[in-house]
Amino acid sequence: MTLDIEMAEIAKVFFQESREGLDAMESGLLSLGATADAESINTIFRAAHSIKGGAATFGFAEVAAFTHGVETLLDEMRNGIRPVTAEAIQTLLQACDCMRDMIAATEAEQPLDQTRIGLLNADIRQILGDPPEAVQAPAPVAPAAPAAPAAGWRIVFDPVPDLLRLRNEPTRMFHELALLGSLAACADVSRLPPLEALDPEVCYLKWDINLLGQIPRKKIEEIFDWVDPGCRLEIVALGEPVPATPAAAASPVLTIPTQSPAAAPAPAADTLRGAARADAVPKPAEAGSIRVATQKLDSIINLVGELLITQSMLSGFAEGTGPGEPDLLRKGLQQLARNTRELQESVMRIRMLPISFAFNRFPRLVHDLSRKLGKKVEIKLVGENTELDKTVLEKISDPLVHLVRNSLDHGLESPEQRVAAGKSDTGTLELAAFHEGGNIIIEVRDDGAGLNKPRILRKARERGLIAEDQDLTDEQIDNLIFMPGFSTAEQVSDVSGRGVGMDVVRRNIHDLGGAVQIMSREGQGSTVRIRLPLTLAILDGQLVRVGREIYIISLLAIVETIQVAADRVNTLAGRTEVFRLRNEFLPVVKLYEHFGIEPDSTSVAEGLLVVVEADGKRVGVLVDDLLSQQQVVIKSLESNFKPVLGIAGATILGDGKVALIIDVPDLIRSVASGRRTNSVRAA
Amino acid sequence: MANESKAADNGAATDSEQYLTFMLAGEEYGVDILRVQEIKGWDKVTRIPRTPEYVLGVINLRGSVVPILDLRSRFGLDKIVFGPTTVIIVVKVAGRRGERTVGMVVDAVSDVYNVPVGASKPPPDVCGSIDTVFVKALATIADKLVILLDIDRLIDNSIIEEPLSGAAAA
Repeated sequence: MTLDIEMAEIAKVFFQESREGLDAMESGLLSLGATADAESINTIFRAAHSIKGGAATFGFAEVAAFTHGVETLLDEMRNGIRPVTAEAIQTLLQACDCMRDMIAATEAEQPLDQTRIGLLNADIRQILGDPPEAVQAPAPVAPAAPAAPAAGWRIVFDPVPDLLRLRNEPTRMFHELALLGSLAACADVSRLPPLEALDPEVCYLKWDINLLGQIPRKKIEEIFDWVDPGCRLEIVALGEPVPATPAAAASPVLTIPTQSPAAAPAPAADTLRGAARADAVPKPAEAGSIRVATQKLDSIINLVGELLITQSMLSGFAEGTGPGEPDLLRKGLQQLARNTRELQESVMRIRMLPISFAFNRFPRLVHDLSRKLGKKVEIKLVGENTELDKTVLEKISDPLVHLVRNSLDHGLESPEQRVAAGKSDTGTLELAAFHEGGNIIIEVRDDGAGLNKPRILRKARERGLIAEDQDLTDEQIDNLIFMPGFSTAEQVSDVSGRGVGMDVVRRNIHDLGGAVQIMSREGQGSTVRIRLPLTLAILDGQLVRVGREIYIISLLAIVETIQVAADRVNTLAGRTEVFRLRNEFLPVVKLYEHFGIEPDSTSVAEGLLVVVEADGKRVGVLVDDLLSQQQVVIKSLESNFKPVLGIAGATILGDGKVALIIDVPDLIRSVASGRRTNSVRAA
Repeated sequence: MANESKAADNGAATDSEQYLTFMLAGEEYGVDILRVQEIKGWDKVTRIPRTPEYVLGVINLRGSVVPILDLRSRFGLDKIVFGPTTVIIVVKVAGRRGERTVGMVVDAVSDVYNVPVGASKPPPDVCGSIDTVFVKALATIADKLVILLDIDRLIDNSIIEEPLSGAAAA
């Protein structure tokens, strides 16, 4: 029993390492495109070899067998027997994908996609000059042809709806088939009605079955002998050109593991299952664990050691030495403060992962996408070791994919267009990450055509996003693309231009407490710049006081804090007060009015104005006093209560009291929309 | 119905349910004792803006931020100055949006009673000062009337309310 649990633990490590190995193989294969030196092939080979070894050790025979084929091909490439062709690389990349799915399926104890494995195996063997038997075998074409043994059969079984009422049981037929050879069946569930309309006695499914093995055709036909002649039944030898490959079927397809009787296709039961998991192979559960570099752990242990020394020094001081020198106490406390801060930083660093985890998928994505779009693109990654919080990292991946796809689809031109514009035919896409003042900056740069400003303007006017006569700076025009309901894609491609737009990208980034901006030069390319906080759990806060209440404003949002003389404050339209800050007029947000607090003073001149900025807009927040600045741990208000407008969360201050964190973007939006507040209660 | 299901939860050990009772403007109310997490003295709260009047604010309960409701205000009873017997009953409730820990301010804690299943009666349509939807049943214990509250519903309805409309209603 214990052994099983231990084995499961070790197997988990194998799965994780295999994924890392596959990542290494993939990046190696992509770099092979440019240079085919022996060392890179060696690296790929070694990764494949480790996976094969591990899989065999844990008894995942199918993974091991498949990897063996891949390894053989790599071995021949390594020894120079086989040339490194683009075609071979493409096949190997597909094999990587397949292995990744196989490993995911094995981990989730799900059936493997035999069809795909079979097809890829055939491809690999073909490259190896060792064509699979299916191709060699004289494949019977006409149904009446004598049953010659083939490597396998593809059976399309499309029964009449009355199949079950006629007392035919597909489950049993599949069982019989499974006895003949290795069986993989795909059920086509596209005809299934919604659950309420479903008649359990009607058969809505049709099947696409791959049966591998040297099986005479007659044997298969025998099994289907008893089936109503109205059913459509096609039996084709594998390797023959087939009407449509299962992978190309656009309808929802469900893989059913026919080896296990429990999962046998009972139509009604499978309806539910089909709805529950549309993907044939479920995604591996997002790892709740995190791998930490030993170095990071060691530094924490060191810091805890120091902390203990400080603690014993302080307690020794308190115990015996009497009045002593207050200097010593102060020094001890300083040391304690430093230790605590360092320890906090180190612990937070555990959550930090290099951004390469997000970046590494892009070479592959760009490789596949540029082939599809017929463009030549070179991808450059800069600053992959920049670290950021795991949560931020996970949430930034999707917006990044969208931005990269956008760049490839709309930004970079086709080779002909590029040459015509006097540029090299290969476009460059650069992903860069770096630190800047307590923030992480991620940039997606391309040297494509840049944004078409006149078209953006025209579109924005058409959609009524801006007024006809509104004058905008170039930067403002570029950033219009982040407005909801904006897409200039003249035609919707399957790469971008449909569904999620740039506004979703912006919203995702805002949800992370970040900002996004685009800069573009016609004909020279565009740069999307994403600014993200280092972490979501801790915030550098400025404590402000209004009346007897304390609120926290994120330091990142604060531009400056000023005191304004009464003569610099004007009233607009009798209600909104504005003040002049250098050459700009900014509205005043009175926190006491907004939050219904009794302030020390309601006059702008007597308080302090904290100038805050969000979404490129600035306002002055009127508070009575500024208190200290400190790092605060963000606590959710929603977990026990509910979201409150204008409040981003709560935290616990040094004295144990709760203080609320102001949601600056929301505050600014409320000013822009003229939303008045329930200030009545304050009076 | 609620009674029956609750009794089943408690298993065969008892055929009665335990209620913690508290006083509010001279009336005695009961809450299912299994919902009660702790009872603590009244302490200062941090007010939350833009919430109904009966939401007094939030406190720090060992690191988590817990909202505090004033039950008198929630039931539309007269305000009183919080005195030495004023306590916060911290309850854990299951609501439409998951489990929550919430504190309720009451005049005083009274007693713990065993209420035999079947001894309580469904509430009449009109039940004193409070809305009957929050009343699970009425029980007579030692010649006193105890109003048994449907605490899940009460807390859920009190918290999930439009952020801006609540103030006027309260």
